[in-house]
Order: sequence, then C-alpha cells, then structure tokens
Amino acid sequence: MGGMLFQAFVYLCAAVIAVPVAKRLGLGSVLGYLVAGIVIGPVFHVVGSETEQLQQFAEFGVVMMLFVVGLEVKPQLLWQMRARLLGLGGLQVLATAGAIAAIGMLLLEHWQTALAAGLVLSLSSTAIVLQTLSEKGLIRTDGGQASFAVLLLQDIAVIPMLALIPLLAVPHMAGVAQHAAAAAGAGAVQAAVGGHGADMSLVAGLSSWAYALVVLGAMAAVVLGGHFLSRPLFRFIASSHLRESFTATALLLVVGIALLMTLVDLSPALGTFLAGVVLADSEFRHELESDIEPFKGLLLGLFFITVGAGIDFGVLRDQLSTVLALTLGVMAIKGALLFVLGRLFRLRAADHWLFALSLAQVGELGFVLLAFSTHNAVIAPEQAKLLSLVIALSMLLTPVLFIGYECLVLPRLRGDAEQPADAIDEQGTVIIAGGARFGQVVNRLLMAAGVRTVVLDHDAAIVELMRRIGIGSYFGDASRPDLLRAAGIEQAQAFVVAIDDRDRAVTLVEYLRREFPRLRILARAFDVDHLYLLRTAGADVALREVFDASLELGAATLRALGRHPFDVEKLKRAFRKHDMETLEELYELWDRDLELSKNRALLERVRARTAAELELTARDRTLLHDRSERGWTPPPRGYTDAMESGESDDGPTAP
Amino acid sequence: MLTPSEPIVAMPTAGRILVLFAHPSPVRSEANAPMAAAARRLDGVTFVDLYAEYPALEIDVDREQQRLRGHDVICFQHPLYWYSTPAILKEWQDLVLEHGFAYGAGGTALRGKVFFSAITASGAEAAYCAAGYHNFSIRELLRPLEQTARLCGMTYLPPFALFGAGTAVDEGRIHAHVADWVRLLTALRDGRLDMARAASLPRLNHDLDGLLGAVGAALEG
Ligand SMILES: Cc1cc2nc3c(=O)[nH]c(=O)nc-3n(C[C@H](O)[C@H](O)[C@H](O)COP(=O)(O)O)c2cc1C
Repeated sequence: MGGMLFQAFVYLCAAVIAVPVAKRLGLGSVLGYLVAGIVIGPVFHVVGSETEQLQQFAEFGVVMMLFVVGLEVKPQLLWQMRARLLGLGGLQVLATAGAIAAIGMLLLEHWQTALAAGLVLSLSSTAIVLQTLSEKGLIRTDGGQASFAVLLLQDIAVIPMLALIPLLAVPHMAGVAQHAAAAAGAGAVQAAVGGHGADMSLVAGLSSWAYALVVLGAMAAVVLGGHFLSRPLFRFIASSHLRESFTATALLLVVGIALLMTLVDLSPALGTFLAGVVLADSEFRHELESDIEPFKGLLLGLFFITVGAGIDFGVLRDQLSTVLALTLGVMAIKGALLFVLGRLFRLRAADHWLFALSLAQVGELGFVLLAFSTHNAVIAPEQAKLLSLVIALSMLLTPVLFIGYECLVLPRLRGDAEQPADAIDEQGTVIIAGGARFGQVVNRLLMAAGVRTVVLDHDAAIVELMRRIGIGSYFGDASRPDLLRAAGIEQAQAFVVAIDDRDRAVTLVEYLRREFPRLRILARAFDVDHLYLLRTAGADVALREVFDASLELGAATLRALGRHPFDVEKLKRAFRKHDMETLEELYELWDRDLELSKNRALLERVRARTAAELELTARDRTLLHDRSERGWTPPPRGYTDAMESGESDDGPTAP
Repeated sequence: MLTPSEPIVAMPTAGRILVLFAHPSPVRSEANAPMAAAARRLDGVTFVDLYAEYPALEIDVDREQQRLRGHDVICFQHPLYWYSTPAILKEWQDLVLEHGFAYGAGGTALRGKVFFSAITASGAEAAYCAAGYHNFSIRELLRPLEQTARLCGMTYLPPFALFGAGTAVDEGRIHAHVADWVRLLTALRDGRLDMARAASLPRLNHDLDGLLGAVGAALEG
C-alpha cells in the first residue's frame, strides 16, 4: 500500500508541476508529461521497473480517447470522410512502410525485419496528435481533420499488420526472441491496444472463416447494442439521479467493449471508437463525453509519463549518433511523404504544413507492433531496443514540431494571400439550458429561424419527449462546466438560461459571465428579485417569465369588455413602458444581500407607488392615458382655420 | 398638454445629415442595401434604420424629435411603395411631427432645415410622366411630402431617385448610383450644393455634376 501511494504521489507530483509549467511556456501538456516522465525516470530514478506495467494500464487512456473521438464523429461524417480515410490514410501507411522497408533492406540482413520495421514506423501517435490538436483548437481545421482521418486508418491498419507479422518470422531468430520478449514483458503492452496476445481469447484455434464470422458478430453486437440497448439502460440509470452511477455506467460501457474486443482478438480502441460513433447521435452523448473525459485525461497523461520514464538513457548514451540519425531520418521521410500526399489531396497552405508536421512521429502503436515483432522473431531484441528509443524520441520531438508550426510556419503564411476561413463555425450556435415548457418555445422559435441549437436538460423524460417530437436535445446537468464544454460552449454565440432552479440559474449565469466574457447570456427570471439577481450576475437580458403572458391576458380582458383593440394595444405599450421604468428605478434601491421583504427603502418606494396607484387611481389612469394617447393627437380646434386664412404668424406658413 | 419646443437656438454643427432609412425587408434589398451601407459609413451622417429600431412600429417620439433637433438635413431613404413611403415612415410622420413641435403654436423646431427623399422605384423613369404608364412625375407623386416639409418650414429638395431599381444590379448601374449618393451626401454635409438650382430640378441626380460642378470647380480652381 505504502509503495503504491508513494508511486501515485510521485506520478501525480510530476504531472501537477510539469504540465502547468509546460502550458504556461506554450509547450502543450504532452511535452509537459513527457518531460515529467524523463525527470522521475531516467534522470532521478524515483520510479523504475513498474513503468512498463503502468504503461499497459495507461494505454487504456488511448482506448477511452478513441471512444470520446467517436462520440464527436457522427456516422454521416465518417461516410463523408471515406475518400480521405481510405485514400489519404491508406496511401500514407503503404508509402511510408514501403519507403522505410526499402531503405531498411539496404541496411539490414533480413528483408522481413526491414518490412516489419517499415510497418512499425509507418504509424503515428494518435494520443499525442489528437491531444495536441484539440488542446490547440486545431482539430476542426482542414489539416486537423486530414490528420484525424490518417490516424483513424492507422488504428484500423494495425489489425491486418498483426496478422501479417507472424508470417515474417526469421527462422534463426526464433529461439532468442521468445526468451527476450518474455524478459522484457513486451507482450504486456499489446493487450490494451493491439488485442493480440491477450491471455483470454475466444477465437484461438478457429478456422479463418469462423473467425471472420465471430469478428463480424462482435462488431454487430457493438453497433446494435449501442443503438438499441444503450438508451433504455442510460434512461434507467439517469432516472436514479445519481451522478456516480452514470459515470460508472459509462466506464462499464467502455471497459465492456474493450473486453469484448480483446476476447475476439480485435483492437479495443477500434471497438470503442465504433461504439462512440454509434452513440454520437444519442441524447446522452455530451453526458458520456464529460464523464469519460477526466479518466481519459489522467490515463493519457500517465501514458505520456511512462513513455518519458521508459527512455533508456544507457542505450541512448552508447548509440547517441545512431539513434539521432535514425530518428531524424524517419521523421524526415514520414514528413516528406505526408507533404507529398497533402499536395495530392489539395490541402491548403497552413493545413498542409500542419498535416505534414503533426504526423511525422512514430506512435504508441509502434511499441505494440515492435513487441509483437520481437515476440514473433521478426525483429531482434537489440534492434527493438534501438527502435523503441527512436519511437520515444520522435514522440518527444513532436511538441517541438507543433511549436515550430505555430512560430515559424503560421506567421509566414499569415502574410500570404487571404485564405478562405475554415468551416469552424458556419454559424454560431445557441445553447439552451432547460428544455421544459419555457426553453422549448425558445428553441422552437430559434429552430424556425434556422439557428443551430443545443438543448440540455437534466430530466431524461423531457429529453426523450423532445427527441420523440424531433427536437435535438441532450441529457445532462447544464450547470456542470465539463458538460457545457462538451456541448460546444466555446463555439456558442448565445446562451439561454431557462432552467427551473432559481439559485442554479444565477450561479450558472455568474459562471458563464466569468468564463466567457463575450457570450450573450439571456435568462428567464421567476420574479423581480430573481431578475435583479440575474442581472447582477451578468445576464445581458433577463425577462420575467409570466409578465408578457399576464399582460396579454389583461389586454384580452379589456377587449372582452368591449374596448377598441387598438386602444388596448396603446394602453398595453404604455403600461409596459411604465413598468420597465419602475423596474429600473427599483433596481437602484435593490440590495442583493437584503431580502426584498427587509429592504426598507425599496419597500417604501413600492408602497409609495402602489399607494399612488390605489388612492389616486383617477390621476394615475390619466397619467397612463396621456401616455397612450400622445400619438395621433390632432391639432387644436381652430388651428386650421387660422392657417388656411393666412392669419397665423406663429407656425411657419407655406410659401 | 404638449410642451412647445424651445425656439431655434444656434444651429448645431453645420451640415449634419440625418438619414431615416425604411425598408421592411432589408435582407432581400438590392438597391437600398448598398446605399444604406455607404451612408452608414459616412462621417457627418447619422444613419437610422427605422425598422430595426422600432420593429413593432412603436416609435419613441421624444427620441425622434431630439434627433431632428440635432440635424440640419433630413432625408427619408426608402423604396417607393404604392407611390409613397413604406408604412413606418408614415407612422413616423404621424407621431413625430406633433403640433407644437413641427408646426402650429411654438412648432418651430424644423424651421430652416433641408428635407429630401432618396427613393428607388421599379418603374422606368420614362413611365413617370403625364403620358406614361404612371401618369405623374415622381416629384408630383411625392407632393404630400413636399407640402409637409413646407408646412414645417423646411426647404424641400426634389428626390434623389433610382428608376428601374429591380434591374439596377443586373445591369451594373448600382455602383454609379451609390457613388452619386455618396457625392450628394458629402456635398450636403460640406455645404457645397447649389440649393437654389437643386430645388428647381425634377430629381436631384438629374444633373448632379452640374449641381456640384459650379462649387466644385470653384473649389478646385
Ligand atoms: C408593396 C410594394 C409596393 C411597390 N410600389 C411601387 C410603386 O408604386 N412604384 C414603383 O415604381 N415600384 C413599386 N414597388 C417596387 C419597389 O419600389 C422596388 O422593389 C424597390 O425600389 C427595390 O429596391 P430594393 O432592392 O432596395 O428593395 C413596390 C414594391 C412593393 C413591395
């Protein structure tokens, strides 16, 4: 227990110190974690052998990340991406693997080893790239999307690679390899990401067509289960109104799918991605995303730390020039090929550079394939050690490339001809918190005007009802920052607060105003006191929920009494104006720390006004009457007579 | 009941122009929209989009009267609707030009100011004459405005008019028209318009070069 606590303490400490510093220096969190890992590992040796086991555990962060990524990718989007996914992604893997294998054949003894090295090095780091892209807000740019397509294809391509590698075994290496692999615990890594090599397998010994059937069955289970079973389950859990039970369900979902995929020798990352895509249309999407997010973040962080901590300085020192040359060479080849492909697929200047620079490293899947290749006697253990270093070093250099992109490429391009803007926000969205009767009318009006809206409600029954009548809405507590982020608050232009909890509405407005100074906030108020609270909290517009309806009903009553409708209209306008002025006047006297019933000055003013209205009903009526009668007043009697006979000398006369 | 306006004090900054723009469907406008955009950008021009400010036609009389007091040139900019203004400008007249403010006892607030309309009409200019399809010239049709201005003691100038407005963009006439519009406003602002000559024309852009030319040439020479 003590040992575990100590390790947890060291890792957390490293993360807590290194990440904020790295971010403050503009280096991004990934580099922060990597450096933290180097410091506690090879530099100060605070942590040691447990790194590898930790890494296996931490790779689950990648699985979670792909789930979250999947939630962002609706099936239609995936279909739209198909050309890039297959074309750009497929060509990247084939060309890179081919080029590196060709060079490898000149340097290495066995062509099999060269080919395996090509495959290993063709992959890029989903973890680093996606994390960095989304941290820098680049994921929605064209370059970001292209990178994403390639990463996705690489994740898929690992499956056939894992099938291919055993066929490449170099006969005389076999004996050594088994031994070395076991010693290095290499098999462990692949359990999480690769799937193959797991202890449990339902498909060992199946014929290939049976295996294909099982694979298809597992995929179908994820898709159909995600589509039909998840909703009733989530609805049931949501009705318990227990936050942690929902979180547990979300985790269960991800772990369950990962397990299923492992059992049938498929990549868990791919399975959870698929599940994410299936759930991208669900009303629980934002809730799931914000529940998984912290786990994903922590595990990924841990993963990066273990990469840093795992760098073998001994080998590095002995073969420094080889490692450096190999790393830079691999990155140069990958970058150059990516650049050519970017041109082929017509990426524009900035996106083109982003695409080429972001994917030039080798990724965590490389470790998996490497271990698998050693295990299958395709790559010798010493070679694997060297390649491991190359992979780690290239990952370490990636944040530097991103910084280069920001500091060297972007400023230069900015001066160039104007680029058409990326389709980041075709139109600002509106988030509506609270989808019950009030928020629903607001939403219907906005939708009728063609505005994109996101409705959030913490009552699953309301969300279900709205979805049934075709209104896109999501389950979740709108006062939670993480959920707001998942709902796209950063891109939103306006926020409508229509939740039915007085206090939470005020807190929400305060939070929104503090975090998003430029956001337009419009709030529903229950009464005058609430209205003032919302205004003080920073709402741009706050309206009393029943005022307009009451006014209309009053007007209808007057019409029912036989008053002329346009007179009623004028009276209504005058009354509203009078009431607004009163509201303004009382706001000056209002004190948020004083209950309305204890605010003497304010009560005094209200009493005075009411008294005036009650006792001097007649006078007050005249006041309002004058107001509503100001317009369309004819000139005084006799005015025209004077004018037309030319006697007037007061007003100007027509020439 | 109504407080009579204060007598004319010294004119505020000479040549300040108030453009009261009325278009109930500006998003679909082809002719008025670019004119409005140009006027909005001009220094010395206060541009008011009436339908934007009073979407429910609830005109704030006090605010509008204050605006009138602060300007020397008042312009209605609008498409011609049934040989007249869109509804909000009629409402504006009915409410803002009160007895005691614009006319009648003590109603001197508008005296000495200049008034004109900037209109767009889909009909052809040739059709706006006694023998034409519309039977009357544009200046004749706008007589109610002309007389209203006179009653309030303002100098009336003929309209700045674009005919065939529906095809002005397609036929590439709109740029020249907007440029003329800007020239006119600038000249009015800088006091460079030959008022006497302008008042006698059928429309202001009938001979804009001539109107500005005399003074312009003097300035340049
Ligand atoms: C209700 C209505 C009434 C109109 N009446 C006239 C008219 O009397 N004479 C005329 O020439 N054009 C008339 N038009 C055409 C408009 O003047 C023309 O569409 C407008 O000037 C085009 O300017 P815009 O592109 O800024 O909207 C009318 C249009 C509408 C919608």
